[in-house]
Amino acid sequence: MNLLVRLGAWSLGSMQRLGRGSLFLLAVLWRLPGALVQFRLLLGQLYSVGVLTVQIIVVSALSVGMVLGLQGYNTLVDFNAEASLGQVVALSLVRELGPVLTALLFAGRAGSALTAEIGLMKVTEQISAMEMMAVDPLRRVVAPRFLAGVLSMPLLAALFSAVGVFGGYLAGVGLLGVDGGAYWSQMQAKVDFYGDVMNGVVKSVVFGWVATWIAVFEGYDAPPTNEGVSRATTRTVVHTAFAVLALDFVLTAIMFGN
Amino acid sequence: MNQQRILELSVGAFVAVGLAALLVLALKVSNLAQVNRDGGYHLTARFDNVGGLKVRSPVTIAGVRVGQVSDIAVDPQTFEAVVQLVVSSQYRLPTDTSAQIYTAGLLGEQYVALEPGGEEEYLQDGGEIRLTQSAIVLERVLGQFLFNKAAGE
Repeated sequence: MNLLVRLGAWSLGSMQRLGRGSLFLLAVLWRLPGALVQFRLLLGQLYSVGVLTVQIIVVSALSVGMVLGLQGYNTLVDFNAEASLGQVVALSLVRELGPVLTALLFAGRAGSALTAEIGLMKVTEQISAMEMMAVDPLRRVVAPRFLAGVLSMPLLAALFSAVGVFGGYLAGVGLLGVDGGAYWSQMQAKVDFYGDVMNGVVKSVVFGWVATWIAVFEGYDAPPTNEGVSRATTRTVVHTAFAVLALDFVLTAIMFGN
Repeated sequence: MNQQRILELSVGAFVAVGLAALLVLALKVSNLAQVNRDGGYHLTARFDNVGGLKVRSPVTIAGVRVGQVSDIAVDPQTFEAVVQLVVSSQYRLPTDTSAQIYTAGLLGEQYVALEPGGEEEYLQDGGEIRLTQSAIVLERVLGQFLFNKAAGE
Protein backbone atom coordinates (compact mmCIF):
# COMPACT_ATOMS: atom_id res chain seq x y z
CA MET A 1 0.00 0.00 0.00
CA ASN A 2 2.66 2.40 1.10
CA LEU A 3 4.77 1.34 -1.86
CA LEU A 4 1.95 2.11 -4.29
CA VAL A 5 1.47 5.53 -2.75
CA ARG A 6 5.16 6.26 -3.21
CA LEU A 7 5.12 5.02 -6.78
CA GLY A 8 2.13 7.25 -7.52
CA ALA A 9 3.75 10.27 -5.90
CA TRP A 10 6.94 9.65 -7.82
CA SER A 11 5.22 9.36 -11.20
CA LEU A 12 3.04 12.42 -10.57
CA GLY A 13 6.12 14.33 -9.48
CA SER A 14 8.14 13.41 -12.56
CA MET A 15 5.22 14.20 -14.90
CA GLN A 16 4.91 17.57 -13.24
CA ARG A 17 8.61 18.27 -13.64
CA LEU A 18 8.48 17.23 -17.31
CA GLY A 19 5.58 19.60 -17.86
CA ARG A 20 7.32 22.46 -16.09
CA GLY A 21 10.48 21.75 -18.06
CA SER A 22 8.61 21.89 -21.36
CA LEU A 23 6.86 25.15 -20.46
CA PHE A 24 10.24 26.53 -19.38
CA LEU A 25 11.78 25.51 -22.73
CA LEU A 26 8.97 27.22 -24.64
CA ALA A 27 9.44 30.39 -22.56
CA VAL A 28 13.21 30.35 -23.27
CA LEU A 29 12.70 29.71 -27.01
CA TRP A 30 10.32 32.68 -27.13
CA ARG A 31 13.13 34.89 -25.79
CA LEU A 32 15.91 33.54 -28.02
CA PRO A 33 15.70 36.39 -30.60
CA GLY A 34 16.20 38.78 -27.69
CA ALA A 35 19.32 36.84 -26.69
CA LEU A 36 20.72 37.21 -30.19
CA VAL A 37 20.37 40.98 -29.95
CA GLN A 38 22.22 41.12 -26.61
CA PHE A 39 25.46 40.13 -28.25
CA ARG A 40 27.70 40.95 -25.28
CA LEU A 41 25.89 38.52 -22.99
CA LEU A 42 25.99 35.78 -25.62
CA LEU A 43 29.71 36.34 -26.17
CA GLY A 44 30.48 35.95 -22.47
CA GLN A 45 28.49 32.72 -22.31
CA LEU A 46 30.10 31.34 -25.48
CA TYR A 47 33.41 31.88 -23.69
CA SER A 48 32.48 30.10 -20.47
CA VAL A 49 30.44 27.32 -22.11
CA GLY A 50 32.42 26.78 -25.32
CA VAL A 51 35.99 28.03 -25.08
CA LEU A 52 36.63 26.69 -21.59
CA THR A 53 35.38 23.23 -22.65
CA VAL A 54 37.82 22.98 -25.57
CA GLN A 55 40.67 21.80 -23.36
CA ILE A 56 38.93 18.70 -21.95
CA ILE A 57 37.49 17.91 -25.40
CA VAL A 58 40.89 17.98 -27.12
CA VAL A 59 42.65 15.93 -24.45
CA SER A 60 39.88 13.30 -24.26
CA ALA A 61 39.56 13.10 -28.05
CA LEU A 62 43.28 12.54 -28.46
CA SER A 63 43.35 9.70 -25.93
CA VAL A 64 40.12 8.14 -27.22
CA GLY A 65 41.47 8.25 -30.78
CA MET A 66 44.77 6.69 -29.75
CA VAL A 67 43.06 3.91 -27.79
CA LEU A 68 40.78 3.23 -30.77
CA GLY A 69 43.88 3.03 -32.94
CA LEU A 70 45.63 0.56 -30.64
CA GLN A 71 42.60 -1.67 -30.01
CA GLY A 72 41.43 -1.55 -33.62
CA TYR A 73 44.91 -2.52 -34.80
CA ASN A 74 45.05 -5.53 -32.45
CA THR A 75 41.73 -6.82 -33.79
CA LEU A 76 42.32 -6.06 -37.46
CA VAL A 77 45.85 -7.42 -37.63
CA ASP A 78 44.46 -10.96 -37.11
CA PHE A 79 42.68 -10.64 -40.46
CA ASN A 80 45.57 -8.88 -42.20
CA ALA A 81 43.20 -5.95 -42.50
CA GLU A 82 45.13 -3.31 -40.55
CA ALA A 83 44.89 -1.01 -43.58
CA SER A 84 41.21 -0.56 -42.67
CA LEU A 85 42.21 1.04 -39.35
CA GLY A 86 41.41 4.55 -40.59
CA GLN A 87 37.92 3.51 -41.56
CA VAL A 88 37.26 1.89 -38.18
CA VAL A 89 38.56 4.87 -36.21
CA ALA A 90 36.80 7.51 -38.34
CA LEU A 91 33.43 5.77 -38.51
CA SER A 92 33.25 5.07 -34.78
CA LEU A 93 34.24 8.66 -33.97
CA VAL A 94 32.09 10.46 -36.51
CA ARG A 95 28.95 8.39 -36.01
CA GLU A 96 28.92 7.65 -32.29
CA LEU A 97 31.81 8.54 -30.02
CA GLY A 98 32.23 12.14 -31.16
CA PRO A 99 28.68 13.36 -30.46
CA VAL A 100 28.01 11.11 -27.43
CA LEU A 101 31.28 11.58 -25.53
CA THR A 102 31.24 15.31 -26.26
CA ALA A 103 27.73 15.55 -24.81
CA LEU A 104 28.75 13.62 -21.67
CA LEU A 105 31.89 15.73 -21.17
CA PHE A 106 29.87 18.85 -21.92
CA ALA A 107 27.39 17.92 -19.19
CA GLY A 108 30.22 17.42 -16.71
CA ARG A 109 32.20 20.50 -17.62
CA ALA A 110 29.68 23.12 -18.78
CA GLY A 111 26.23 21.78 -17.82
CA SER A 112 27.04 21.40 -14.13
CA ALA A 113 28.55 24.90 -14.08
CA LEU A 114 25.42 26.36 -15.69
CA THR A 115 23.16 24.66 -13.13
CA ALA A 116 25.29 25.73 -10.18
CA GLU A 117 25.53 29.31 -11.43
CA ILE A 118 21.80 29.77 -12.02
CA GLY A 119 20.96 27.89 -8.81
CA LEU A 120 23.26 30.13 -6.77
CA MET A 121 21.72 33.20 -8.37
CA LYS A 122 18.44 31.92 -6.97
CA VAL A 123 19.91 31.24 -3.51
CA THR A 124 21.42 34.70 -3.29
CA GLU A 125 18.13 36.17 -4.55
CA GLN A 126 19.67 37.77 -7.61
CA ILE A 127 16.87 36.34 -9.75
CA SER A 128 14.24 37.86 -7.47
CA ALA A 129 16.13 41.14 -7.50
CA MET A 130 16.05 41.18 -11.31
CA GLU A 131 12.32 40.56 -11.28
CA MET A 132 11.90 43.46 -8.83
CA MET A 133 13.76 45.73 -11.27
CA ALA A 134 11.53 44.51 -14.13
CA VAL A 135 14.48 42.74 -15.78
CA ASP A 136 13.31 39.44 -17.24
CA PRO A 137 15.70 36.80 -15.81
CA LEU A 138 14.74 34.31 -18.50
CA ARG A 139 15.85 36.74 -21.15
CA ARG A 140 18.88 38.13 -19.35
CA VAL A 141 20.25 34.99 -17.63
CA VAL A 142 18.81 31.85 -19.20
CA ALA A 143 18.39 32.61 -22.91
CA PRO A 144 22.06 33.57 -23.62
CA ARG A 145 23.27 30.48 -21.76
CA PHE A 146 20.89 28.21 -23.64
CA LEU A 147 21.86 29.67 -27.00
CA ALA A 148 25.58 29.43 -26.20
CA GLY A 149 25.21 25.74 -25.31
CA VAL A 150 23.24 24.93 -28.46
CA LEU A 151 25.79 26.73 -30.66
CA SER A 152 28.87 25.28 -28.93
CA MET A 153 27.94 21.59 -29.00
CA PRO A 154 28.22 20.92 -32.77
CA LEU A 155 31.55 22.78 -32.90
CA LEU A 156 32.91 20.83 -29.94
CA ALA A 157 31.72 17.51 -31.40
CA ALA A 158 33.33 18.26 -34.77
CA LEU A 159 36.55 19.16 -32.94
CA PHE A 160 36.34 15.89 -30.96
CA SER A 161 35.98 13.77 -34.11
CA ALA A 162 38.76 15.56 -36.00
CA VAL A 163 41.23 15.38 -33.09
CA GLY A 164 40.24 11.75 -32.47
CA VAL A 165 41.00 10.79 -36.07
CA PHE A 166 44.38 12.46 -35.68
CA GLY A 167 44.94 10.53 -32.42
CA GLY A 168 44.18 7.29 -34.25
CA TYR A 169 46.71 8.31 -36.87
CA LEU A 170 49.35 8.93 -34.19
CA ALA A 171 48.80 5.51 -32.59
CA GLY A 172 48.24 3.49 -35.75
CA VAL A 173 50.71 5.04 -38.17
CA GLY A 174 53.21 6.55 -35.75
CA LEU A 175 53.41 3.78 -33.18
CA LEU A 176 52.30 0.57 -34.90
CA GLY A 177 53.49 1.15 -38.44
CA VAL A 178 50.23 1.06 -40.40
CA ASP A 179 50.73 2.58 -43.85
CA GLY A 180 49.82 6.27 -43.65
CA GLY A 181 48.43 6.50 -47.16
CA ALA A 182 46.18 3.48 -46.58
CA TYR A 183 44.94 5.01 -43.31
CA TRP A 184 43.61 8.11 -45.07
CA SER A 185 42.51 6.53 -48.36
CA GLN A 186 40.52 3.70 -46.72
CA MET A 187 38.89 6.31 -44.53
CA GLN A 188 37.93 8.53 -47.45
CA ALA A 189 36.64 5.58 -49.44
CA LYS A 190 34.25 4.44 -46.72
CA VAL A 191 33.14 7.54 -44.81
CA ASP A 192 30.27 9.30 -46.55
CA PHE A 193 29.89 13.02 -45.99
CA TYR A 194 26.09 13.11 -45.91
CA GLY A 195 25.44 9.65 -44.47
CA ASP A 196 28.07 9.70 -41.74
CA VAL A 197 29.52 13.16 -41.04
CA MET A 198 26.28 15.13 -41.36
CA ASN A 199 24.31 12.58 -39.30
CA GLY A 200 26.93 13.01 -36.58
CA VAL A 201 26.43 16.77 -36.73
CA VAL A 202 22.64 16.33 -36.47
CA LYS A 203 23.18 14.14 -33.41
CA SER A 204 25.42 16.72 -31.76
CA VAL A 205 22.84 19.47 -32.38
CA VAL A 206 20.13 17.37 -30.71
CA PHE A 207 22.42 16.48 -27.79
CA GLY A 208 23.48 20.12 -27.33
CA TRP A 209 19.84 21.14 -27.24
CA VAL A 210 18.92 18.50 -24.63
CA ALA A 211 22.04 18.88 -22.47
CA THR A 212 21.72 22.65 -22.21
CA TRP A 213 17.98 22.49 -21.66
CA ILE A 214 18.42 20.10 -18.73
CA ALA A 215 21.26 22.21 -17.27
CA VAL A 216 19.45 25.56 -17.31
CA PHE A 217 16.12 24.05 -16.20
CA GLU A 218 17.66 22.23 -13.23
CA GLY A 219 19.36 25.46 -12.16
CA TYR A 220 16.23 27.56 -12.54
CA ASP A 221 14.04 24.95 -10.86
CA ALA A 222 16.41 24.19 -7.96
CA PRO A 223 15.12 24.74 -4.40
CA PRO A 224 16.96 27.88 -3.20
CA THR A 225 19.04 26.13 -0.56
CA ASN A 226 22.61 24.85 -0.42
CA GLU A 227 21.41 21.28 -0.59
CA GLY A 228 18.97 22.06 -3.40
CA VAL A 229 21.70 23.48 -5.63
CA SER A 230 24.06 20.59 -4.97
CA ARG A 231 21.31 18.08 -5.79
CA ALA A 232 20.33 19.97 -8.93
CA THR A 233 23.95 19.94 -10.14
CA THR A 234 24.16 16.17 -9.64
CA ARG A 235 20.81 15.69 -11.38
CA THR A 236 22.02 17.71 -14.36
CA VAL A 237 24.92 15.35 -15.01
CA VAL A 238 22.94 12.15 -14.36
CA HIS A 239 19.85 13.15 -16.34
CA THR A 240 21.90 14.45 -19.25
CA ALA A 241 23.75 11.14 -19.43
CA PHE A 242 20.48 9.19 -19.43
CA ALA A 243 18.83 11.46 -21.97
CA VAL A 244 21.83 11.52 -24.32
CA LEU A 245 22.35 7.76 -24.29
CA ALA A 246 18.64 7.01 -24.79
CA LEU A 247 18.32 9.59 -27.57
CA ASP A 248 21.48 8.24 -29.18
CA PHE A 249 19.88 4.81 -29.50
CA VAL A 250 16.74 6.30 -31.05
CA LEU A 251 18.68 8.52 -33.45
CA THR A 252 21.01 5.68 -34.47
CA ALA A 253 18.03 3.42 -35.13
CA ILE A 254 16.46 6.11 -37.34
CA MET A 255 19.66 7.09 -39.18
CA PHE A 256 21.50 3.81 -39.66
CA GLY A 257 18.82 1.17 -39.09
CA ASN A 258 17.51 1.32 -42.69
CA MET B 1 44.49 44.36 -24.93
CA ASN B 2 41.52 44.87 -22.68
CA GLN B 3 39.27 42.18 -21.26
CA GLN B 4 36.57 42.48 -23.90
CA ARG B 5 39.06 42.10 -26.76
CA ILE B 6 40.52 38.94 -25.24
CA LEU B 7 37.01 37.54 -24.81
CA GLU B 8 36.10 38.28 -28.41
CA LEU B 9 39.41 36.89 -29.65
CA SER B 10 39.06 33.59 -27.79
CA VAL B 11 35.43 33.09 -28.87
CA GLY B 12 36.43 33.90 -32.45
CA ALA B 13 39.27 31.38 -32.27
CA PHE B 14 36.89 28.77 -30.80
CA VAL B 15 34.37 29.21 -33.61
CA ALA B 16 37.14 29.15 -36.25
CA VAL B 17 38.68 25.96 -34.81
CA GLY B 18 35.26 24.28 -34.67
CA LEU B 19 34.47 25.15 -38.27
CA ALA B 20 37.97 24.08 -39.35
CA ALA B 21 37.37 20.70 -37.67
CA LEU B 22 34.15 20.31 -39.64
CA LEU B 23 36.03 21.19 -42.82
CA VAL B 24 38.67 18.56 -42.03
CA LEU B 25 35.92 15.98 -41.50
CA ALA B 26 34.37 16.96 -44.83
CA LEU B 27 37.49 17.05 -47.00
CA LYS B 28 40.05 14.83 -45.32
CA VAL B 29 37.96 12.18 -43.57
CA SER B 30 34.91 11.74 -45.80
CA ASN B 31 34.51 11.24 -49.52
CA LEU B 32 33.18 14.73 -50.29
CA ALA B 33 36.33 15.68 -52.19
CA GLN B 34 36.30 12.63 -54.44
CA VAL B 35 35.39 12.19 -58.08
CA ASN B 36 32.00 10.58 -57.61
CA ARG B 37 30.33 13.86 -56.64
CA ASP B 38 31.03 15.65 -59.92
CA GLY B 39 27.87 14.22 -61.46
CA GLY B 40 29.41 12.02 -64.09
CA TYR B 41 27.17 10.04 -66.43
CA HIS B 42 24.84 7.13 -65.81
CA LEU B 43 25.14 3.68 -67.32
CA THR B 44 22.96 0.60 -66.88
CA ALA B 45 24.16 -2.98 -66.69
CA ARG B 46 22.05 -6.15 -66.28
CA PHE B 47 23.38 -9.07 -64.26
CA ASP B 48 21.93 -12.50 -63.50
CA ASN B 49 23.26 -12.22 -59.98
CA VAL B 50 24.92 -9.27 -58.24
CA GLY B 51 26.13 -11.26 -55.21
CA GLY B 52 26.97 -8.84 -52.40
CA LEU B 53 27.13 -5.70 -54.52
CA LYS B 54 25.68 -2.65 -52.77
CA VAL B 55 24.77 0.93 -53.57
CA ARG B 56 27.99 3.04 -53.33
CA SER B 57 30.20 0.05 -54.21
CA PRO B 58 33.15 1.17 -56.36
CA VAL B 59 33.30 0.99 -60.16
CA THR B 60 36.82 0.51 -61.49
CA ILE B 61 38.73 0.48 -64.76
CA ALA B 62 42.04 -1.38 -64.59
CA GLY B 63 41.72 -1.36 -60.81
CA VAL B 64 41.38 2.43 -60.58
CA ARG B 65 38.18 3.78 -59.03
CA VAL B 66 36.25 5.82 -61.61
CA GLY B 67 32.73 5.86 -60.18
CA GLN B 68 30.21 4.07 -58.01
CA VAL B 69 27.00 2.05 -58.05
CA SER B 70 24.06 4.40 -57.65
CA ASP B 71 21.10 2.01 -57.68
CA ILE B 72 20.30 -1.71 -57.75
CA ALA B 73 16.84 -2.99 -58.70
CA VAL B 74 15.21 -6.11 -60.13
CA ASP B 75 13.57 -5.98 -63.57
CA PRO B 76 10.03 -7.30 -62.90
CA GLN B 77 9.82 -8.83 -66.42
CA THR B 78 13.10 -10.67 -66.80
CA PHE B 79 14.02 -10.99 -63.09
CA GLU B 80 17.52 -9.74 -63.83
CA ALA B 81 19.31 -7.31 -61.52
CA VAL B 82 19.50 -3.83 -63.08
CA VAL B 83 22.52 -1.96 -61.75
CA GLN B 84 22.89 1.79 -62.30
CA LEU B 85 26.49 3.02 -62.45
CA VAL B 86 27.76 6.59 -62.24
CA VAL B 87 31.07 7.03 -64.07
CA SER B 88 33.14 10.21 -63.88
CA SER B 89 32.62 12.17 -67.11
CA GLN B 90 36.36 12.35 -67.91
CA TYR B 91 36.31 8.65 -68.88
CA ARG B 92 34.56 7.86 -72.16
CA LEU B 93 33.82 4.19 -72.69
CA PRO B 94 33.43 2.32 -76.03
CA THR B 95 30.05 0.66 -76.70
CA ASP B 96 31.49 -2.84 -76.38
CA THR B 97 32.73 -2.27 -72.85
CA SER B 98 32.09 -5.24 -70.57
CA ALA B 99 31.27 -5.23 -66.87
CA GLN B 100 32.18 -7.89 -64.31
CA ILE B 101 31.47 -8.15 -60.61
CA TYR B 102 34.59 -9.13 -58.69
CA THR B 103 35.51 -9.47 -55.04
CA ALA B 104 38.47 -7.57 -53.61
CA GLY B 105 40.43 -10.31 -51.87
CA LEU B 106 38.82 -13.35 -50.28
CA LEU B 107 36.76 -11.49 -47.69
CA GLY B 108 36.71 -8.08 -49.35
CA GLU B 109 33.84 -6.07 -50.73
CA GLN B 110 32.46 -6.58 -54.22
CA TYR B 111 32.96 -4.06 -57.01
CA VAL B 112 32.15 -3.60 -60.68
CA ALA B 113 35.17 -3.85 -62.98
CA LEU B 114 34.74 -2.28 -66.42
CA GLU B 115 36.82 -3.50 -69.35
CA PRO B 116 36.77 -1.09 -72.30
CA GLY B 117 36.55 -2.70 -75.75
CA GLY B 118 37.73 -1.47 -79.14
CA GLU B 119 34.66 0.11 -80.76
CA GLU B 120 34.86 3.55 -82.34
CA GLU B 121 31.61 4.79 -80.78
CA TYR B 122 31.21 5.74 -77.16
CA LEU B 123 28.51 5.01 -74.58
CA GLN B 124 26.27 8.01 -73.92
CA ASP B 125 24.57 9.08 -70.69
CA GLY B 126 21.87 6.49 -69.93
CA GLY B 127 23.51 3.87 -72.17
CA GLU B 128 23.56 0.18 -71.40
CA ILE B 129 26.54 -2.12 -71.00
CA ARG B 130 25.51 -5.34 -72.82
CA LEU B 131 28.42 -7.64 -71.99
CA THR B 132 28.19 -8.54 -68.32
CA GLN B 133 29.47 -11.28 -66.09
CA SER B 134 27.72 -11.97 -62.78
CA ALA B 135 29.22 -12.22 -59.37
CA ILE B 136 30.71 -15.54 -58.43
CA VAL B 137 28.73 -17.03 -55.56
CA LEU B 138 30.95 -19.35 -53.60
CA GLU B 139 28.19 -21.82 -52.67
CA ARG B 140 27.23 -22.24 -56.31
CA VAL B 141 30.83 -22.86 -57.38
CA LEU B 142 31.27 -25.42 -54.64
CA GLY B 143 27.98 -27.09 -55.56
CA GLN B 144 29.00 -27.26 -59.22
CA PHE B 145 32.37 -28.69 -58.26
CA LEU B 146 30.84 -31.41 -56.07
CA PHE B 147 28.27 -32.22 -58.75
CA ASN B 148 30.98 -32.59 -61.40
CA LYS B 149 33.04 -34.76 -59.08
CA ALA B 150 30.09 -37.02 -58.40
CA ALA B 151 29.17 -37.18 -62.10
CA GLY B 152 32.76 -38.06 -63.06
CA GLU B 153 32.92 -41.16 -60.90
